[in-house]
Amino acid sequence: MGMLCLITGLLMLIPLLNAWGPDSGALSVSSFQVSLWGKYLTYAILAMSLNLLWGYTGLLCLCQSLFFALGGYAMGMYLMLMIGERGAYKSLLPDFMVFLGYQKLPLHWEPFNNVWFAMGAVLWVPGLVAFAFGFLAFRSRIKGVYFSILTQALTYAACLMFFRNDFTFGGNNGFTDFKDILGFDINAAATIRGLYLATALLLVLTYLITSGLLASKFGKIQQAIRDSENRVLFSGYSTTSFKLMIFVLSAMIAGAAGALYVPQVGGINPSAMEAAKSLEVVVWVAVGGRGTKWGPVIGAILVNFLKSYTTQAFPDYWLIIMGSLFVAVVLFMPDGIVGVYKQVKSYFARQRSLQTTAA
Amino acid sequence: MLRSFLFFFGRRWAVDPRCAFFLLAMGLVVSVAGARDARSVMADLISAERSQQVGLIDELSTYGDTIIAEIYEAWRTGGIYALEQGTGTQLLQLTEGQEWELVATGAVRDLSEADLAGLKKQRPARALRKQMKRIIDTLGLKAEDPALRIDSAIKLGRSQKAEFIPALEARLEVEPAKEVRAALHEALAISHLAHGDTAQVTAAVETLAAMKSAASRAFLEVVLDAERNHERADSALAAACERALLTIERHLKQQEFFGSFFRGFSTGSVLLIVSFGLAITFGLMGVINMAHGEFVAIGGYVTFLVQNFFIQTWGLSSSAFGWYFLVALPLSFLVAAGIGLLMEKSIIRFLYRRPLESLLCTWGISMVMQQGFRLIFGAANVQVNNPSWLMGNLSFGGFQMSYTRLLIMLIALIVVALTWLLLRQTNLGLHIRAVMQNRHMASSLGIPVARVNSMTFALGCGLAALGGAVLSQIGNVGPSMGQAYIVDSFMVVVIGSVGNLLGAGLSAMGIGLVDQLLQPSLGPVMGKITVFMVIILFLQWRPGGLFPTRSRSLDD
Repeated sequence: MGMLCLITGLLMLIPLLNAWGPDSGALSVSSFQVSLWGKYLTYAILAMSLNLLWGYTGLLCLCQSLFFALGGYAMGMYLMLMIGERGAYKSLLPDFMVFLGYQKLPLHWEPFNNVWFAMGAVLWVPGLVAFAFGFLAFRSRIKGVYFSILTQALTYAACLMFFRNDFTFGGNNGFTDFKDILGFDINAAATIRGLYLATALLLVLTYLITSGLLASKFGKIQQAIRDSENRVLFSGYSTTSFKLMIFVLSAMIAGAAGALYVPQVGGINPSAMEAAKSLEVVVWVAVGGRGTKWGPVIGAILVNFLKSYTTQAFPDYWLIIMGSLFVAVVLFMPDGIVGVYKQVKSYFARQRSLQTTAA
Repeated sequence: MLRSFLFFFGRRWAVDPRCAFFLLAMGLVVSVAGARDARSVMADLISAERSQQVGLIDELSTYGDTIIAEIYEAWRTGGIYALEQGTGTQLLQLTEGQEWELVATGAVRDLSEADLAGLKKQRPARALRKQMKRIIDTLGLKAEDPALRIDSAIKLGRSQKAEFIPALEARLEVEPAKEVRAALHEALAISHLAHGDTAQVTAAVETLAAMKSAASRAFLEVVLDAERNHERADSALAAACERALLTIERHLKQQEFFGSFFRGFSTGSVLLIVSFGLAITFGLMGVINMAHGEFVAIGGYVTFLVQNFFIQTWGLSSSAFGWYFLVALPLSFLVAAGIGLLMEKSIIRFLYRRPLESLLCTWGISMVMQQGFRLIFGAANVQVNNPSWLMGNLSFGGFQMSYTRLLIMLIALIVVALTWLLLRQTNLGLHIRAVMQNRHMASSLGIPVARVNSMTFALGCGLAALGGAVLSQIGNVGPSMGQAYIVDSFMVVVIGSVGNLLGAGLSAMGIGLVDQLLQPSLGPVMGKITVFMVIILFLQWRPGGLFPTRSRSLDD
């Protein structure tokens, strides 16, 4: 609880400084920085969704970025339609459709004019994909590494599909150049702050869901599945249903994060659902500490901070740094940063006990 | 000197007796000089009198050089000029590079201001143009390269112009090469479809049916439509056309089917070589190597380096260059095995029986390696040339199989055979199989488990590099060349049942075949997606793969 208040307070600092803080100097926060932090927060939510799957259920899913991107695409479709006639081609159709020669809006685009449908799609599209895939995978007891490989293949296949220009989702350019959201100008400072606040709210909500879930009986079974699935099966629980429910829930959280990512970053394209992006999420959770409540958040923010800094300072070496960091964390810090404290403590405790026995 | 003397006389003294004399002299010169080159004949033609031009055109028609077409084009469009000089008249051609070339020899000349002022444009006479056009059109039939002759024959046949039929028939008499004769027959048959009486056309249709000529389909349909429009749909000719079209369609379908099969086997072979290494490391050791694709890239880059070394030492067109591929294959295996050994001793050693951690760790290593490639070799693809003995196709009943793909299938067979030999007939193989079955028991019996692990991992990485060396011949070599095959390789290993090399081989071939058989109807992307769906459904039915291990123990 204390951690939650502390973090919420820190998070609230940013829009407050942006709205009422100084315009320059160390304490100034520009709109760009607000949207940057908003992006980091969406990444943190994505990391939390993976942590729910991997840290607490033992399912290493390499397609979280797919669910993230699907939610983002759903929001993107709504935003593209909101551009209206202010696009480059001055037509009600999105620019890329005019460019490809479409005469009218495809049927599946029509409902996205309604913001409530779009918000719903942000949740149920990734959820549906997760349900279909999870049902097939869990039902045949595909576990462990095989599950990870299959999710990676799923992401790869989806990425290939979305890159096609005739898939009616913008092809390799994706969606971009949004004008306004819910009637507010998307580039106005107030909207940016609003989006940031919505993201922070979603983060707190996700945390509450996660901790609530973990404290409940559902959560206990979930962690039991991580520790030993066979025993849970023998105890009479249908692990398939539990895993499926968690899979769908985490996909929906990831989709919601994606939906908030898109207006803050200003665009989405199929490279957001590549397997490499999914593995990046895994890096964040591993660095932060899987199986802990705040570990993924810290990991996501820290690694992205490092990435922003290194891609400016040593752009050629960023991948080497991230790769080595990953290897080091997996080998030497299996519990991540949050677990370092415990590791150090236990190391010293072991040393002390060795000394006492020697003495 | 003699030539320019004759030209000089020829232009200023256009008298008939002299014309005969000049023709004789020309004939003497030709027979004395032997075969003149096409340039000099063209030069003569441009500056000759009309009466002499006939003889020169006849002489020109025996040549097959493409330079004739170029010079004629320049002549027609006003790019040839005559320059009167003390020693005679020179013909000069203004080339695209704004240089002046002597028409007769092709040598470049610098012209002074006075010269430039004295230039006179030359143009061919109207009557001459038609004759020249005929020569130019049939020029290709006499080219040195048989491929050019075939192209020319096909072009002339498709035009279905009656004026080319004599030229085609004339060439058929003297043509030595078999493929060119076949092309000439085809061209003549297609031409006859448009000219000649019903019996001739029917004969031509039968010929085309016997030759199973795909190129003639459109023309046959035109003939068939003509018959139907004239309400002769039941005539023998119409029946012959329909039969011919059917035969050709069947033949084409057969070819396409074999083509898909061949491509499927070759894709499967590539996949087999690349995923065999993964099957070994994953199956025998329980280590997921996400950096497998980077070892494939190592193989490709080693081939690139060996090729560069050969180019530097012996040159690109030397005969020694052809050997670079045979040197690159074992070298890439050894280099990758060495790097794999290093990787195993430093990092992988800690990750046995922890597949999820090995997946993540090797993914990190793969990122480092990919960026390393980008930094060392550049982010762009590098160029690897095929050695000359790998270029070209093997023809088999009208069906082309490229040598590179045949070699890949051969290498795949060798890999499978060698791996089988290694696992069944050597001590190392025995140790590997023992460690795979029961690690602790093997260790208790004195098998050096750590060394066996290192050797196995090195073997797996070496095989990946072999795949990369082979891929360098059919695809691009770049930092991310392995990424395209990683997902497929994992699919192969999962379907083939982990730990089973026969399963891996069969599933590689199977996936390659299914992929290629679906491609013509669905396109490459949808084909891949469908393969993926098929895999997921297959795993529903048999989650353990093709040959699941029957065991009573659980994973936990």
